Amino acid sequence: MSASVVMILTGVLVATACALPGVFLVLRRMAMMADAISHAILPGIVAGYFLAQGPSLPAGFAGASLAAIVTVALVEALQHTRRVGGESAIGIVFPAMFALGVLLVSKYFANVHLDTDAVLYGNIEFAAFDVWLVNDLNLGPRSLWVMGALCVINLLFVGLCFKELKLATFDPGLAAALGFSPVLIHYALMAVVSVTTVGAFTAVGAILVVAFMIAPAAAAYLLTDDLGRMIALAIGIGAASALSGWFVALALDASVAGAMATMSGLFFLLALFFSPSHGLVARARRLRRQRLRLALENLVVHLLNHEHQVSEAHEAEIAHLSSELRWSPRFARWIVAIAKRDQLVQQANGYLSLTAAGRDLARQAAASRDREG
Amino acid sequence: MHPVPPILPASAAPIEINDLTVAYRDAPVLQDIDLTIPEGKLAAIIGPNGAGKSTLIKAILGLVPIVAGSVRIYGRPYAEQRRLVGYVPQRSSVDWDFPTTALDVVMMGTYGRLGWIRRPGKTERDFAMHCLDRVGMARYADRQIGQLSGGQQQRVFLARALAQDARIYLMDEPFNGVDAVTERAIVTLLQALQQQGKTVVCVHHDLDSAPEYFDWVALLNVRLVASGPLDATFTADNLHRTYGGALKAAIEHLRRFEHERDRLPTDAAMETAGLRADRDANNS
Repeated sequence: MSASVVMILTGVLVATACALPGVFLVLRRMAMMADAISHAILPGIVAGYFLAQGPSLPAGFAGASLAAIVTVALVEALQHTRRVGGESAIGIVFPAMFALGVLLVSKYFANVHLDTDAVLYGNIEFAAFDVWLVNDLNLGPRSLWVMGALCVINLLFVGLCFKELKLATFDPGLAAALGFSPVLIHYALMAVVSVTTVGAFTAVGAILVVAFMIAPAAAAYLLTDDLGRMIALAIGIGAASALSGWFVALALDASVAGAMATMSGLFFLLALFFSPSHGLVARARRLRRQRLRLALENLVVHLLNHEHQVSEAHEAEIAHLSSELRWSPRFARWIVAIAKRDQLVQQANGYLSLTAAGRDLARQAAASRDREG
Repeated sequence: MHPVPPILPASAAPIEINDLTVAYRDAPVLQDIDLTIPEGKLAAIIGPNGAGKSTLIKAILGLVPIVAGSVRIYGRPYAEQRRLVGYVPQRSSVDWDFPTTALDVVMMGTYGRLGWIRRPGKTERDFAMHCLDRVGMARYADRQIGQLSGGQQQRVFLARALAQDARIYLMDEPFNGVDAVTERAIVTLLQALQQQGKTVVCVHHDLDSAPEYFDWVALLNVRLVASGPLDATFTADNLHRTYGGALKAAIEHLRRFEHERDRLPTDAAMETAGLRADRDANNS
């Protein structure tokens, strides 16, 4: 396998493993918790390194998971004091844990292969060369094994506990009443987040792993109203970020992990603006349509009210409309043009009159306004 | 795999609360509550803001820690009787932008029966659909819940409680902020549940409609002021003690109610308050 393929594949697996718990973090409005965990596991990794007397994956996982659970428990404990609100509690705990990690690294491992740069930014560039050797048998790149296993674990977790995660996220009160402990589910999710972070941080680093957890899930949330589809989309967007990010990094000769994370942010921006359902562009167009419809209704209702009156001719002058309905002359001309195009009104001898279709719309609009009081 | 079917001793009341105290830090939210709600009642928990009405329901469901006392559901702890209790939380307690449909939310009511890991299938889907139909929401089954009106959302929550297929229903302010159509739908549903022999307990804060919708009340203000059948309990004196006299309006409402009750049964009152007229006829 070429180094490029290993890098891309590692990126795709990281994106997939991260998107699965990421969707629930986004829905629980807990994106900052992922950030906290990704930093706070550092002392746990150092402790694992220390206990195993060297780089050991199981020791690293154990230490990091433990540190993550301690972080979650500390945050919850602080939040329960009620003097320290939700975000503040996270803001206190994770720098403290991270600082402890930095201290330990600088004190005991200043000269060994556990440098802070690798922790923060990862080194996916070397993924292909870090192979897994068992009795001199080359099993291929270690990152693929680790991230592949994490993908399987996370797929199993979300697949098996889909209904429990959904219920506890949407309505923790009912979950507790039905006997599905939301606390247990919360900690299980946090454990999955921390294990995923440990696995992913050797590839993309502790900071960028947050991008892979949150950005694709947040983009997917803008694109669908179905939880299952949201998970699938988050995985797809994450994988697309990894793939396109690799080519961007190649073109710019820049950090691969950085390019992948940047692409995930770019995909989020695209979804934010152009999502057909929740995007800013679609929302602006909907507002414009509503405003147009309301203006057309106002126009035809106004004309209906003054039909067959002595003042009909005067009331139907475009200049009068703009003052009566408080429209700018330009807006009035625009609305009248559209009303004519839609054959709601016709213009004869300089003033407007309703067509049959316009009269129907006016009656409907007036009736529905009466109903709404 | 399947839990043991809960036991219903003939003698035990649906809900029996003894010496219940719930505290937030040092301040008691509920103090020394002794309350027994009899079978088959439409019961209202009434009291001013901060009286602990919602907390009482949450304490019954084991959602808030209890400092002292006990709650029994048909004579046993709640944890053993979960399947007998349906719950309608306050509508504002959840995020309606959650990516899911009305039908899917109603299906959550069946999760308790399914237990861990097992997924809902066609049986659960059909039953949830039936429950949505009972609240007149069948044609909104596939609608994303955020696109529903407040009243429709409330009816989805009621349908979800129906999907729990319980014997006791605990509802937290089901009438709060709903439209007239939904209000009528809820009243009809409560009456139907009563006719099926279910016990319904609602947190309710509208003194105007309370005597019209319910036949049993518990007046609460941290302590239990009074509880029992509507006519004997929903009195000016009790309301005064519950609301501390600060709410003259409360008394005004009551005067009107007592005045109307004294006029009963007249044709006009029967028409405007069919429920109450029926009940009075039953009682006499």
